[in-house]
This record gives sequence, structure tokens and C-alpha cells, in this order.
Amino acid sequence: MWTLLQIELFKIFKRPRTYIAFAAIAAIVLLIQLALYVDADSYIDLLLQSIRSHFSIEGKIANGYFVCYFILQTLLIHVPLLIALIGGDMIAGEANMGTLRLLATKPISRTSLMLSKFLASTIYTLLLLVWMAFLSLFLSMLVFGVGDLVVAKSQEIILHRQADVMWRYIAAFGFAAIAMTTVAALSFFLSLFAENSIGPIVATMSIVIVFTILSTVDLPLFGLIKPFLFTSHMLGWKGFFDNPVNYGAVARSAGILLFHIAFFLGTSIYIFRRKDILS
Amino acid sequence: MSAIIQVTHLSKSYKDLKAVDDISFTVEQGDVYGFLGQNGAGKSTTIRMLLTLIQPSAGKIELFGMDLYKHRKDILRQVGAVIERPDLYKYLTAYENLSLFARMSGIRPTRQQLLDQLELVGLKDRVNSPVKTFSQGMKQRLGIAVALVHDPQLIMLDEPTNGLDPQGIADIRQLIINLSHQRKKTVLVSSHLLHEIEMTANRMIIIDKGKKVAEGGVHELFDPSRMLIRVGIDNLATVLPAIRKSRWQALIREQTADSILLQMDQQQVPALTTELVQIGAAINALQPQHSLEAYFLALTTANRHVDPLTN
Repeated sequence: MWTLLQIELFKIFKRPRTYIAFAAIAAIVLLIQLALYVDADSYIDLLLQSIRSHFSIEGKIANGYFVCYFILQTLLIHVPLLIALIGGDMIAGEANMGTLRLLATKPISRTSLMLSKFLASTIYTLLLLVWMAFLSLFLSMLVFGVGDLVVAKSQEIILHRQADVMWRYIAAFGFAAIAMTTVAALSFFLSLFAENSIGPIVATMSIVIVFTILSTVDLPLFGLIKPFLFTSHMLGWKGFFDNPVNYGAVARSAGILLFHIAFFLGTSIYIFRRKDILS
Repeated sequence: MSAIIQVTHLSKSYKDLKAVDDISFTVEQGDVYGFLGQNGAGKSTTIRMLLTLIQPSAGKIELFGMDLYKHRKDILRQVGAVIERPDLYKYLTAYENLSLFARMSGIRPTRQQLLDQLELVGLKDRVNSPVKTFSQGMKQRLGIAVALVHDPQLIMLDEPTNGLDPQGIADIRQLIINLSHQRKKTVLVSSHLLHEIEMTANRMIIIDKGKKVAEGGVHELFDPSRMLIRVGIDNLATVLPAIRKSRWQALIREQTADSILLQMDQQQVPALTTELVQIGAAINALQPQHSLEAYFLALTTANRHVDPLTN
């Protein structure tokens, strides 16, 4: 299994397309950082205009923690596309190249093959998040400095003391890892049914977009299914920036996402074990 | 000799289509076993079932005396295969591809062993070249290196000469012969090209529409009495009445404006030409048609069959 995982990672990181996602994240994060570095005041004024008349706010609000929160809010919605690029390619790409049939004639079980591929795409997902954390959190801390974190919610503004912030980010990135692995599992599952990777990538994004719309539109009918859509729980990382943190809600969201991962992976293995490889 | 492959009443159906229909055959140790059939006859489907890529609808497959599905991993350790095209990772080098598949086959060869393997198939100078820069022939040779890297006892080659130039075809043919004669491997090779099978195999099976239509030694199936000869005659219209009255009339199978096709024993050819010249025939060509080809066509000229893997 370890050998298979090594081989899968080797294949992933030998492909130029793998680095597109890392480059894209770097480009977006650096651009946002540049924009906030040049003129953060206008954005901060807009954000706090409703409370300026009642409160006096002093200190550097646009610090590294704030910039990181801003980036995560903006970027985590789009990262699934980058993850689908690899997840959707794991089986379909092999079928398209014709290598799937060669792999399936080797003395390894199909279950091991699927598990190693899924673990490899999960590791890729985690590395992408680590890269994002490095750029959005640590680089921002370096460039913008650190301080208290101001989080603007729809009904409230929460202030977290500087010493109370870092653990929230670690927890948030941990939650984001589960959320992004759910997308990886979905694209991996869809990858089983295609012989080129475009289909699963587009299908994954379509599902994420449709489910996100269903999750955000306030219609009574949609309200019935919202709790069961994984997209309703993907932004659960924000829960760690509430005060106090509603651990029950965060844990429930994480549980639902983990259930989706188990379902997609289990179903993928079940189908692949019985699948005729005709590619 | 012991049976390396024992296939019993093997069938594969796709909804209304029977791709393989109740096929049984045995491949003995050391055989180069030819699998002959037209495109879509069911060759690829059968080979994929032997490699566990496709699950049979019915029947039993034993390799090395073991049930294929009960002892899949043990069996596949002893099998190397090239299935249709030698598709490999195009963005990896020849060395990386070989190393990767060697490890997947359960072995950890040294760098030198891998280089030796690449030298064996004539790719020593392209060890570090990405496969995407390879010609079809080079890919085929690398595919064969991948199939042989773990020193398997049984090698399955599905249409190994597809897309190759004449030199590439000759190289593959020689490799198959060497694998059998020098390295004592058992080889199952499929082809829709009769002469490929005839030149490499000692035993063969012919399948059509998913069914077995013949099996046996290549030389048993190669029956000289089935030889066909087309005789081109410039003045056929003039001499035809005389030919009709001769003893050759009974052997004529087909007639065109300027030729006749006769089925006959090869030893009768000198007498035929002598007698035709004596009756004034201006012979411009004698074209022997392969007896096995004639036999094959006679067996398989019925309605074409569709195999989902090759059509």
C-alpha cells in the first residue's frame, strides 16, 4: 500500500498540471495582499462604517490575521475547482491514457489501487491547503504584522484578541481540509464513470455550484434539503471565529462532510471492484 | 507438459451482445499460442478476461492450475501483458515508466537491471526521454519491456504488431520466438493477421463471432490440399473450352475475365502449367493464395460480429 501511495504521489507531482493549482493560489493570494497593502483603509472604512458613529476603533485592523481571514473568505469557495483538476483525473485520466488497464493487470487488489489513489489526491489537497496557509497566514503576518482580529459578520462585529487567534486558524484550516477532501472524494467518485478528465471536473464544479446555490437561497422547499447538502457545511470553518464557538454545530458539519467522504470513497471502491475495464 | 491456461466454457455478454460465446481452450507450457480472429471476433474480450480486466458472464479460467479469481494476485505475479496499444505515462521517461511498473509488479529491480531491460528492447539511448517523444514502435518495445520486467512465465500480447512498420513487426516476431525458444516462456499472442500467427505460433485457435471455430497445431491447420492458385491467362476466352474439358475443370473455384482460381495440391502445379501451355494458354501470372488464409476466410466470412473493445 505504501509503495502504491508513493507511486501515485510520484505520478501526481511529475505532472506539470499539478502545479497550476499552486501557482493559481499564489497569484490570487499575492494580488489580494498587494491590493490590501496599497489601500486597505478604504475597505476597512466600508466594513466598519455602521459602527464608527458609536465606537472608536484604534490600532492596525488590516493586520496579517485580518488579511488571512479576508483571503480565506474569498478563496475557499474557488479552491474546489483546483482540487477537482486532480481528483477528477485520478481514474478518468488513467482510462484516457490507457494506463488503467495496465494497472489493473498488476498483482495488486483493486481496493488497494483505489485507496492509494484517493490517499494521494487527499495528500495533494492537504498540501494545497498548507501552501494556502503559508501564503495567506504566515506571509501576511510577515508583511502586515499581527494584532487583534476584527471579524465582520452580517449582524455583528467580533473582536478576537491577538493571543486568541492562531488556534482558530489552525482549527479552521483543519476543517477546510475535511471540506476540500469532500470535494476531492466527489470528483474521484465521478472520475470512475468517464474516460477523460474533463467530464468529472466539470461535473464536480457543476454539483458544487448547484448545491451552493441551493444552500444559499432562502426558499422553504430548499430548506428541507439544505442540512444534507455537503455545500451547506463547507464553510463551517467560519464557526471557529464565532464567540463563543458553537462546537456542536462545527462537529456536526464536520461529521456530515466525513460521512460524504466515506460514502463517495466506499461507493467508488464497490463500483471499481466490479467494473469491466474496457478503455 | 502442464496446462498454463485452461479455459472452460467461457462466455461474456453485454446486454443483447454475446462477445464471447462458450469458448474452451488449453495452452500448454512453452506454447506460443495464437489467437486468431477478425476484428471484433472476441479476442480482446477473451484476453481481458484472462487478465481480470473483464469479469466473465460464465465459465471458468485456470492459470497455472489455479482459479484466476481465487488466486488473482499470485497468478498475475507470473503474467506480463501488452494489451492492444502499449499505453504508458507519456510525461514520464522510459526508465521511470519501467521502474514504476516493476514496483507495481512486486519487484524492486536495481537501476542496472532496469537499464539492461531497456537495452534488451533497444531503448538504451532513450532511457531518460519522455515517452511522449517516442514513435509507436518505441512505445511498443517499452510496453514489452514493462511486460517482461518481472520475468513472468506467461506473456499475453494482444495485437502486438498493430501500428508498427515492417521492421517493428519483424522485431516483435523475433522477440516472441526468442521468448519461447531461448527463455522458455509461454506466450499467448492475438492477431487478426494470419501470417503473424503462422510465423510465430505452434498452436492456435480461430474464433469468430465470439465462438471457437477451430483449434489445433498451426501445421495441422495448414493443409496443402487447401492451397488456392490464381492463374492469369491473357487469352482465357480462347482456351477456356479446352480447360473445361480437361481434368482441371473439377478444381476451378472461381473465374474472372482473365484468370481462374483453382484449389489443388501444391505438387500438382507443374503439371497444371505444362498442360495449360500445351493447350495454348498464354499464362501471365501464377499467384498462390495461402491455404491457411483460405481456410480462415472460409471459416469466418459470415456476417461480421461486433466486439465492443475493438469497434
